[in-house]
Amino acid sequence: MSGESGSTIKLNELPNDQWARVVEVEVPTDSADRELVLRLVELGFVPDELLCIVAVGLPGREPLAVRLGGTTFALRRHEASFIRVSPR
Amino acid sequence: MIDPEVLAPPVRIALMGNPNCGKTALYNLLTGSRQKVANYAGVTVERKEGTLHTTSGRRVSVLDLPGAYSLNALSNDEALTRDVVTGHSRESLPDLLVCVTDATNLRLHLRMVLELRRLGLPMVVVLNKMDRAEKLGIRIDQELLSKELAVPVVGTVGVHAHGADHLRTFLDLPVTPSVHRPWTAPGLEQVLATQQDVQRIYKRVVTEPQVDRDPSDRIDKVMMHPVWGFAILAVVLFLTFVAVFSVGGWLTGFIEDGMDLLAALIEGHMAEGSFRDLLVEGVIGGVGSVLVFLPQILILFLFILGLEASGYLPRAAFLLDRPMSKAGLSGRSFIPLLSSFACAIPGIMATRTIGNWRDRLTTILIAPLMACSARIPVYTLLIAAMFPSDPVSGALVMVGLYVLGIVAAMTVAWVIKRTDRDKSHAPLLMELPPYQWPDLRSLVIGIYERGMIFLKRVGTVIMALTIVMWALSSTPSPWATATGTPMEQSLAGELGHALEYVFAPIGFNAEISVALVPGMAAREVVVSSLGMVYAVEGDDAEMGAQLRERITRDWSTGTKLSLLMWLVFAPQCLSTFVVVKRETGSWRTMWIMGGYLFGLAYLASLITYQLTIAITG
Repeated sequence: MSGESGSTIKLNELPNDQWARVVEVEVPTDSADRELVLRLVELGFVPDELLCIVAVGLPGREPLAVRLGGTTFALRRHEASFIRVSPR
Repeated sequence: MIDPEVLAPPVRIALMGNPNCGKTALYNLLTGSRQKVANYAGVTVERKEGTLHTTSGRRVSVLDLPGAYSLNALSNDEALTRDVVTGHSRESLPDLLVCVTDATNLRLHLRMVLELRRLGLPMVVVLNKMDRAEKLGIRIDQELLSKELAVPVVGTVGVHAHGADHLRTFLDLPVTPSVHRPWTAPGLEQVLATQQDVQRIYKRVVTEPQVDRDPSDRIDKVMMHPVWGFAILAVVLFLTFVAVFSVGGWLTGFIEDGMDLLAALIEGHMAEGSFRDLLVEGVIGGVGSVLVFLPQILILFLFILGLEASGYLPRAAFLLDRPMSKAGLSGRSFIPLLSSFACAIPGIMATRTIGNWRDRLTTILIAPLMACSARIPVYTLLIAAMFPSDPVSGALVMVGLYVLGIVAAMTVAWVIKRTDRDKSHAPLLMELPPYQWPDLRSLVIGIYERGMIFLKRVGTVIMALTIVMWALSSTPSPWATATGTPMEQSLAGELGHALEYVFAPIGFNAEISVALVPGMAAREVVVSSLGMVYAVEGDDAEMGAQLRERITRDWSTGTKLSLLMWLVFAPQCLSTFVVVKRETGSWRTMWIMGGYLFGLAYLASLITYQLTIAITG
């Protein structure tokens, strides 16, 4: 999807404890990544859902603990980079 | 005309649902102790089947399928679940699919319901954890949900004694006839469309309070804090360790007393002879010396199962992901490796949830380096013999042996990563479920299962090895010279002398060498074998004390240290080999594991022994 507003950022760039709305999920070219993104969508990383990073590993903010609805998921920055969010 | 076949109530149902939906607790509540654990033919997933009684008293067989987020399987567990519900396994299709969801987390679990609905199987949706949902102020319009889904909906509480009564009543109703449709993997567009459906249904059916409803976030602020989190993890692991050795050791005393009593009873009531010797020395002395560790093993499992059920272990895995990635592993390997401290077998089986094959294989290969509970007897004996009057040094050496195993495992994982040319990205993608109190029923059933597995092993493999060992060491060798102790003249003695050629460079005498042979099959037997080859007479507790004295007196420091090294690294468990072969489907992997462990053990013992000799002279 093109033409999104400039205020969206990648999920891995979202600061801790900042709620954001999922805007779009990118479709990667690599087949393993596509499988991964499909799973993220199945878990509920879909447009309009609210999420928030509640904890990060150190060093290098890896992995990320992302609160989404009633669940928290541990993701790597790599997976998170396919999700575009708009901070609230 | 009504076909009685089609409209009969179900006799075979299958439970399925997302991980963390409380399915295990519900399954345990429904079936109680009427459970059977086996393996699916050809694949490596545990097949759990039990029987439940409906309200009218009818028996229904329940198949508990592994938890899955989706039919688009990413791990072996999920693939099996998919194959069963899509009719692609040897398992026949169930009469009724019971799709278990978490009422407090319907947003996540509804998608699976919609996906399963497309299969056209007779189905019921279970809203589990209804008590928790109520407490959190979440209201679900069950009637509306049932209408939206066109599937019956039943509420349950898996952790209450009467929590499944509605479901038991529902299972007396006839199944609605339906037509099974073939499954095709949905693409991204289709999944997005399904999720829109989920969002729409969720909004209509569920009312939830706007306030921050989950205390888990606040707990997580501490538990996953880069400093406090690690401090808490260290305390948790330390407490586990202390409980196993203090409480477990204390309980062990009672079993020892019981064994002594039994031995005395047999000695008092049976005529002297080799059958009495077999019973007292072989069976009670040998098997008893392993049986005494039952409390320690069960306490370790209690901690692991309890921590897992509470939701803490995935947090620990999150914390350790970064450090473990330095060794080429991920946080996903943490739970399997932690389980391996109790026993490598459940540890290796727990790797099934690791989707990435390279990560899974590495975890399997290093799991035997985690000091499993079967090593406790041998470690305890040797350390007590090395530091007869210094429990503090003894405890430090014990901790050191555990740490050595971990360091070795990380090093091996690092080497595997360095030599592997496949540098593909290994995802983490792990759910951190809300914290909860462990379900007591599931905890008890879990501990009971582990206890029975251990007792079965003691009653079969270990008993057989002990008797063979006893027979070898009490049968005179036809080639022996007439001098020396009865042991030196026995078949076991002959074997020991032959093995000495291999083991002399690492400081093992004939007695140790021969005791290690049955120890290759089950390391617990090393202690009783040593007792037999040293022909230590007397009951169990006394045998332990005498053996300790013999070791303190007769073995050099180099030999003791070298044997400890051997025990840290050497492959010493037939069952682990069998499981590695089964889980990886490869004889090659099994032999690679055995070979590298043997090499590592020999090398470590050789260096230790030769260094000690060089220093102490």
